[in-house]
Amino acid sequence: MKYEMQPTLPPPASMVGVIGWMRKHLFNGPINSVATIVVGYFLISFLVPTIQWIFIDADWVGDSRDACTSGGACWVFINNRLDQFLYGFYPEAEHWRVQTAFILLIGSIIWLVMPQTPKKGLVAALLLVVYPVVAFFLLYGDIFGLETVETHLWGGLSLTLVLAVVGIVASLPLGILLALGRQSEMPIVKSVCVIFIEIWRGVPLITVLFMASVMLPLFFPEGMSFDKLLRALIGITLFQSAYMAEVIRGGLQAIPKGQYEAADALGLGYWQKMILIIMPQALKLMIPGIVNTFIALFKDTSLVLIIGLFDVLAIGQAANQDPKWIGYSTESYLFVALLFWVFCFSMSRYSQQLERQLHTGH
Amino acid sequence: MSHSQASDKLMVELRDLNKWYGEFHVLKNINLEVKQGEKIVICGPSGSGKSTMIRCINHLEEHQKGDIVVSGIPLNEDIKNIEAIRKEVGMVFQHFNLFPHLTVLENCVLAPIWVKKMPRKEAEAQAMELLERVKIPDQALKYPGQLSGGQQQRVAIARSLCMNPDVMLFDEPTSALDPEMIKEVLDVMIELATEGMTMLCVTHEMGFAKTVADRVIFMDGGQIVEENEPHEFFNNPQHERTQLFLSQILQH
Ligand SMILES: Nc1ncnc2c1ncn2[C@@H]1O[C@H](COP(=O)(O)OP(=O)(O)O)[C@@H](O)[C@H]1O
Ligand SMILES: [Mg+2]
Repeated sequence: MKYEMQPTLPPPASMVGVIGWMRKHLFNGPINSVATIVVGYFLISFLVPTIQWIFIDADWVGDSRDACTSGGACWVFINNRLDQFLYGFYPEAEHWRVQTAFILLIGSIIWLVMPQTPKKGLVAALLLVVYPVVAFFLLYGDIFGLETVETHLWGGLSLTLVLAVVGIVASLPLGILLALGRQSEMPIVKSVCVIFIEIWRGVPLITVLFMASVMLPLFFPEGMSFDKLLRALIGITLFQSAYMAEVIRGGLQAIPKGQYEAADALGLGYWQKMILIIMPQALKLMIPGIVNTFIALFKDTSLVLIIGLFDVLAIGQAANQDPKWIGYSTESYLFVALLFWVFCFSMSRYSQQLERQLHTGH
Repeated sequence: MSHSQASDKLMVELRDLNKWYGEFHVLKNINLEVKQGEKIVICGPSGSGKSTMIRCINHLEEHQKGDIVVSGIPLNEDIKNIEAIRKEVGMVFQHFNLFPHLTVLENCVLAPIWVKKMPRKEAEAQAMELLERVKIPDQALKYPGQLSGGQQQRVAIARSLCMNPDVMLFDEPTSALDPEMIKEVLDVMIELATEGMTMLCVTHEMGFAKTVADRVIFMDGGQIVEENEPHEFFNNPQHERTQLFLSQILQH
């Protein structure tokens, strides 16, 4: 007969698991218990029908509204318009170009985010310098036999991404220059930068977009047409660079004075000192701040609908006007909100993780 | 220790140097000549302007009145002159100020490569030689954060020496160190002194001053109060303030 060690018995159920957890956190006193029951009642009476509407009673496949019969959400509507939500009016045969640009972008971002991958500096440089050119020609065409796709056809989630990515990438160098200028000892440079930053920070983005679409053309000679998307991009970039400058200034201020002095004492020039010593240290500290401004910008891009660009929200609104699908606007708004949430939530998680790394790393 | 390495060439000249921080007169009519190969130790109570004085020499601080000439180059508004002087003058700080994002070796080759346009191979060979001299060649690929304070300060000395300076400035190089690490840094400085480097050291290490200094300078209230060769300075201080300071310093 063999004796085997019995596994140690688990603690009684009242101490662990769901019940133990609930005892400890939800019912640890009369007031807490009442609060738990009241809040729980409202949560359940709200959540159950919502889940039922979104998932259980929903209709998912079909070609027209006739498929939506079960009284729940009509995801058939989103399904049928998915291409528009993602690509706007970009010709269907050319969708692969948008997909390629997107995969290149996501691929290099994943490369940068992963802790183990080599040559991060090179990838970052390619992403900031080469990628925008490649992506532009991929999307716009008119080169290497690619059919030209005018920017007024761009739309949906891909336009939202174009606006946000261009806004952030272009505002980074501008923001660095503004932040350095603000620190400068030359009074003229300094005040120009301060005024620039404070003006843009004091104006809502929606005003900037109106001015970019209405006023900017007034400054150009008549007949010179100026792409609407480009105007919005200029407005967004200038606006964003002011915020970026403040994030960068914060990073620069965190660098001890001794680093500047050591660089000076070794005879490094101003730009050498900034590029080799200060910026590499400051940028590391600034990544969480940059990600946070990016999240803010990403959501703000939906304002372009007021100047007639079809970002993903505008596509949703346009879809709501379609007489064939009247009455399903809840579905389209929910879907747009979900898209925004997925992007913003993953960025914010990444930035939190980075902040933790920075706190333990040094 | 022989005190006869000094030649007649003047490496540092301060003439009627005056500096203000706003209303506050930090440096008052400082006059100092340092010959090639001379070792000067500067001491004095905290806030007396020692750091400010040596930081004026490589223009980390701007002076308002008087003349500074380093290695024959006048320090004036001309940025070219400032750059030229900084190439000739090395500086070691109290808090080391190594670049934390670069390895020890990269810290050492950075300035030779970017300022002197030295080929990387040559710069690395020279850096390894100097790290050998400060006795930490095996730490070359580590980051400053992985080293002890004494090791970091020796790297900082090697980093300055990589620029082949004619003059070395030390601003309290051992006062941020744990006591057991002070000696390893002082040993490196003593060796540097024996090799004939021109040195200006702000320090309260009186043993070091007695061993290597040609002259000891006592500063108080932004002025040079007393200046003498070490034996006389310690055994026969002339001014009351010097005597008071020495009695306080030598107590512990
Ligand atoms: N950046 C500054 N602005 C105003 N006052 C300063 C500044 N740096 C130093 N001081 C003042 O100048 C005096 C001399 O400083 P310092 O040269 O650092 O003295 P030491 O090195 O002899 O301790 C001190 O009283 C100090 O408070
Ligand atoms: Mg000091």
